[in-house]
Amino acid sequence: MAVHNQKAVREAPANTKGIIHWLQENLFSTPSNIALTLLGAYIIYSILPPFLQWAYFDANFAGDSKAQCTGDGACWTFVKVKMDMFMYGFYPEDQVWRLQAGVVLFFLLIGFFYFSKSNKLKIIAFTSYMIVAILLITGGMFGLEVVETDKWGGLMLTIVVAAVGIVFSFPIGIILAFGRASELPIIKSICITYIEFIRGVPLITILFMSSVILPLFFPEGITFDKLLRALIGITLFQAAYVAEIIRGGLQSIPRGQYEAADAIGLSYWQKMLLVILPQALKVAIPNLVGAFISLFQDTTLVLIIGLLDLLSMVGVAAGDSAWLGMETEGYVFVTFVFWAFCYGMSRYSNKLEKQFNTELK
Amino acid sequence: MLNALRNRKVRGILFQLLTVLGLVAFLWYIGSNTMHNIEQRGIKTGFAFLDNSAGFGISEAPVAYTETDTHGRVFFVGLLNTLIVSFYGIIFATILGILIGVLRLSNNWLIRKLSSAYIDIFRNIPLLLQILFWYNVVLKALPSPKQSMEFKGDIFLNNRGLIIPSPDMNSTTITIIISFLVALVSIYFLNRWAKKKQEDTGNDFPTFLVSIGILVVLPILAYFIGGANFNFDIPALKGFNFVGGKTISPEFLALTLALVIYTATFIAEAVRSGIEAVNKGQKEAAASIGLSSYQSLKLVVLPQAIRIAIPPVINQYLNLIKNSSLAAAIGYPEIVTLFSGTSLNQVGQAIEIIAITMLVYLTMSISVSVLLNWLNHKIKIKER
Repeated sequence: MAVHNQKAVREAPANTKGIIHWLQENLFSTPSNIALTLLGAYIIYSILPPFLQWAYFDANFAGDSKAQCTGDGACWTFVKVKMDMFMYGFYPEDQVWRLQAGVVLFFLLIGFFYFSKSNKLKIIAFTSYMIVAILLITGGMFGLEVVETDKWGGLMLTIVVAAVGIVFSFPIGIILAFGRASELPIIKSICITYIEFIRGVPLITILFMSSVILPLFFPEGITFDKLLRALIGITLFQAAYVAEIIRGGLQSIPRGQYEAADAIGLSYWQKMLLVILPQALKVAIPNLVGAFISLFQDTTLVLIIGLLDLLSMVGVAAGDSAWLGMETEGYVFVTFVFWAFCYGMSRYSNKLEKQFNTELK
Repeated sequence: MLNALRNRKVRGILFQLLTVLGLVAFLWYIGSNTMHNIEQRGIKTGFAFLDNSAGFGISEAPVAYTETDTHGRVFFVGLLNTLIVSFYGIIFATILGILIGVLRLSNNWLIRKLSSAYIDIFRNIPLLLQILFWYNVVLKALPSPKQSMEFKGDIFLNNRGLIIPSPDMNSTTITIIISFLVALVSIYFLNRWAKKKQEDTGNDFPTFLVSIGILVVLPILAYFIGGANFNFDIPALKGFNFVGGKTISPEFLALTLALVIYTATFIAEAVRSGIEAVNKGQKEAAASIGLSSYQSLKLVVLPQAIRIAIPPVINQYLNLIKNSSLAAAIGYPEIVTLFSGTSLNQVGQAIEIIAITMLVYLTMSISVSVLLNWLNHKIKIKER
């Protein structure tokens, strides 16, 4: 009787597994692939080392005046010295704690959202946060000193504009989306006209309109602060985009949901708010985050109508006679801040999209 | 009465009536306030200012313009500059976007990562910041005309802009330009003919190679027909500045660069998702009926991918046109800078001027969406 001896287990050939196989497959499979790899390596080589040399190895971090920037690289001392300006604009130094308190409270709010399960509590917490934050920033009550909006600036102003834009455009956007999806012809055409008009013109013309024409619309006694005018413009602009995104969500809801809500005798608002909107919002959330990213980028446009947001602070800070010629450092720093915010949010939106996708399967 | 209110139709009409009333009241309120305010401040009304002399110079005007020309002319110059910057922006953004989008799906790991890094970096930096960066940091740091950077002795780059040779406008040049147009038109008809032939007989025609042949051969023929007299006006340094050639201003360069780099990220994403959206089964089916990988790409994958990618790409074109208004931050003389900026400051008739500017953009938006609808309808897959 033949006896079959089990053969010893052999390792897979080196060229079908491990790092060498991976390199062969992904970088050096064909001559054209090798050429592409070399090209890619050359691009990295010509950009990354010089940039790192400038931004880190040759850069100056120490000191507090321009004279101390002796190396060839970047002078981050400038950013360090002007940091308060980039963050808070001309907000009075002894009041900055109010902004910091607002940030701390914001993280507390996020923590609360993470742990709390009750939607009612979440809404109450969010609304009270908005009220407290506005109080903290503007002052004028509870013994807080009033800080005029022309002293606001830097990252703080950018965040205020973006936050106000998204919070106030949201309800307007929902109403516009309902209007556009409505069966009432006049309501529908009013909403369509508004949405298409706003989406058809650049934000800058709307900002010009709100800063130049808006004051003409109201009786002489009523004056609008420059910041408030910009906020109105941005909110009206953003509302049209939010409306379109929510409309996309509404369209994805099957007819049966509407019919079922009608069948159990819900009124229009009960049907829309309790049945349709929650489902539509879930579909729309990734796109809403996307819209918020573009709103955050668009806040830089307030520079053109003379508000001092984070981007315009570069010009202001580099215009200081003790720091002339520091624009490059300023722009690179501000670029990094904007990029970090936007990239973080877009990652988050990707994550949400994946989460919602699996649930539908 | 109460019963009538329970009727859905009656309620709907009532609600609409109230909305219209509210809207009219609101419009009447702001309208009357505006009239009052305009009167109080002594602002003129009407469009007569369009015929008044503007009295300011424009740094770059594609058509003849002098300081004595009217505000109407200023509007026209601004509109032309908007169209010019949008035209170049769209062309270069499309090329760069398609390139990055295709590279994003490359087999090469490094190239794939580099293209997604490009997208992740540039779409997350505000466009205005990019424009200001190119303008205030990169282009301002360039040397003066005397120390210009030189490429092959014909192209110069300095802080006054990019100076390139321009062709002399003689009969040869014009014949070559015409031959290009003829080539494009004949390629279009060739494609239609080849597609029809392919659908009728199943025989494939090497359209791509023949198209390139036409694009090369016709201009060469035109060069000889037109008298073989094709010369460039080469810029040269005379004193402190360059004479001859064509100067591209730093404002235009910064704006176009930023628009192209920013918009290309969105076009690349549209192209990538278009290609990825084509069902895998389609490629496998193409392979199983014996199509080569080139045939499968040309006949099966691309026609479907293009259908998916075109609408978002055209939306990006529209965004690019609207974003060109950010030129106001660096003073490139397009419609917002010139008309809503300088003219508005001189005339003071904000309502008319901003309305005209908005109307221009609205017209462009509406024409693009009409085009898009027509295109969508045309390329829709005819399902049987």
